[in-house]
Amino acid sequence: MFDTAVVIETVVKAVIVVAVIAALAGFATFIERKVLAFMQRRLGPMHVGPYGLLQLAADGIKLFTKEDIIPQNAVKPIFMIAPVIAATTAFVAMAAVPYFPEFTLFGYTIHPIISDINVALLYVMGVASVGIYGPLLAGMSSANKWSLLGAARAVVQMLSFEVVSGLSVLAPIMMIGSLSLIDINDAQTGGIGDWLIWKQPLAFVLFAIAGFMETNRAPFDTVEFEAEIVAGYATEYSGMRWGLFFIGEYANMITISVLVSILFMGGYNAFWFIPGGLMMLLKVSFWIFLFLWVRAAWPHVRPDQLMWVCWKVLMPLSVVNILITGFALL
Amino acid sequence: MYEVIAFYLFAALTIAMFTIVVMSKNALYAMSALAGGMIFISGFFFLLDAEFLGVVQIVVYSGAIMALYAFGMMFFDTTRDVSEKMRSKKIAYTLFVLSAALIVIILCAPLASSSVQANFPTVEHVGNVQMIGLVLFTKYLIPFELAAIMLLVAMIAGIVLASKKMDEHLNIEDEELGNVKESR
Repeated sequence: MFDTAVVIETVVKAVIVVAVIAALAGFATFIERKVLAFMQRRLGPMHVGPYGLLQLAADGIKLFTKEDIIPQNAVKPIFMIAPVIAATTAFVAMAAVPYFPEFTLFGYTIHPIISDINVALLYVMGVASVGIYGPLLAGMSSANKWSLLGAARAVVQMLSFEVVSGLSVLAPIMMIGSLSLIDINDAQTGGIGDWLIWKQPLAFVLFAIAGFMETNRAPFDTVEFEAEIVAGYATEYSGMRWGLFFIGEYANMITISVLVSILFMGGYNAFWFIPGGLMMLLKVSFWIFLFLWVRAAWPHVRPDQLMWVCWKVLMPLSVVNILITGFALL
Repeated sequence: MYEVIAFYLFAALTIAMFTIVVMSKNALYAMSALAGGMIFISGFFFLLDAEFLGVVQIVVYSGAIMALYAFGMMFFDTTRDVSEKMRSKKIAYTLFVLSAALIVIILCAPLASSSVQANFPTVEHVGNVQMIGLVLFTKYLIPFELAAIMLLVAMIAGIVLASKKMDEHLNIEDEELGNVKESR
């Protein structure tokens, strides 16, 4: 079943994906500071390099050379492994995500996807939700009350948004009849009118909200909200262990952006004169910008408000959406 | 060859994880090892080309163990060891005998494996999800619906038990806000 050539190709692809996404995740922190600065009429990082571009390298050096502090009463192995879980699950989830249309290099056709399994959508969402173990274990092993509160909020948030994200993607899946992201992409080949966002606007909005909750981004970042629980689960962390959590968070943002682009916004199909690969980059960039825009524009919600909106508003809406889609398909 | 390597890797990791679950006195170690073991089991499903079951294993058990963590958080100090007061020798002996019998059965399983035949053999070019859906909604329709009804009953029971004070906290907050305004 497994060929040595296939194994080598897969390993090369995996290394490329990890390297590129980790670099992009680091770059996204710089973009975030710049975008937030412009929205708040500041300059942001300006001193290191042109327009502060080398701030990224400076931050990296700072994180790598900082002392790695482990609290005395913490459960050490779990405390040490929690950030690794957060980062690896974010990258493992990308194994089933197609980024670009297939292309030929030196007479060899390359599919830019590590493993084309036929339950890709379910796999990506499942593994990404395992990523919440990172904050959870960090909070529970730190022996710190703020961290424990952060972990409790992580559990509550995870059990709430999972239902919404699962039910909201069910309606588009019913229309397409496949869980493979490549099939979902191929179902939207006929230009902008074929995008699923026009047929499933409600599912699109629900999935986007669930995506914000899954990545702990601004209106729903109850797990690490500074004004309420210091830094939440990350209170006791320093140096690169702290950095790994945020590489994981930004990698998750990229995954969610790619997922929304493929599911609802036509994926990597060519558009007018723009080739498919560039189209994908534009969509993902737009989504990353949207994440930052929302962070600058919206106030936080409390955990009880988050649960209320998940269980009493979003879940009934998604069930109604499934019902309507079912009747329309019949 | 790669399949064999992957199988033994996942087998060793799964056994190691579940050994920690049983042996450890720290609730946090036990729960984390349980979560790890459940995820390693999904590796076997992927090796057998049953991707759907593999993903379901990850999704279901990650959510279920998350609830266990929540209970652990509420009832223990998870950073400390839990001292167990298990003095009953009867239970220990019964469990020893049962697990010994289980090991014998597992080791004898390959003897019977040649005569096992699939009731619903996989069809070429038909996906995992479609096959499971087909079997679930034809042959196993009634057990499936029964399970659905049981889950619905459990859900409604949960809502009824919890719903007595569901809206109260918001009301209290509004009243408190009103009191603050009045006192000004």
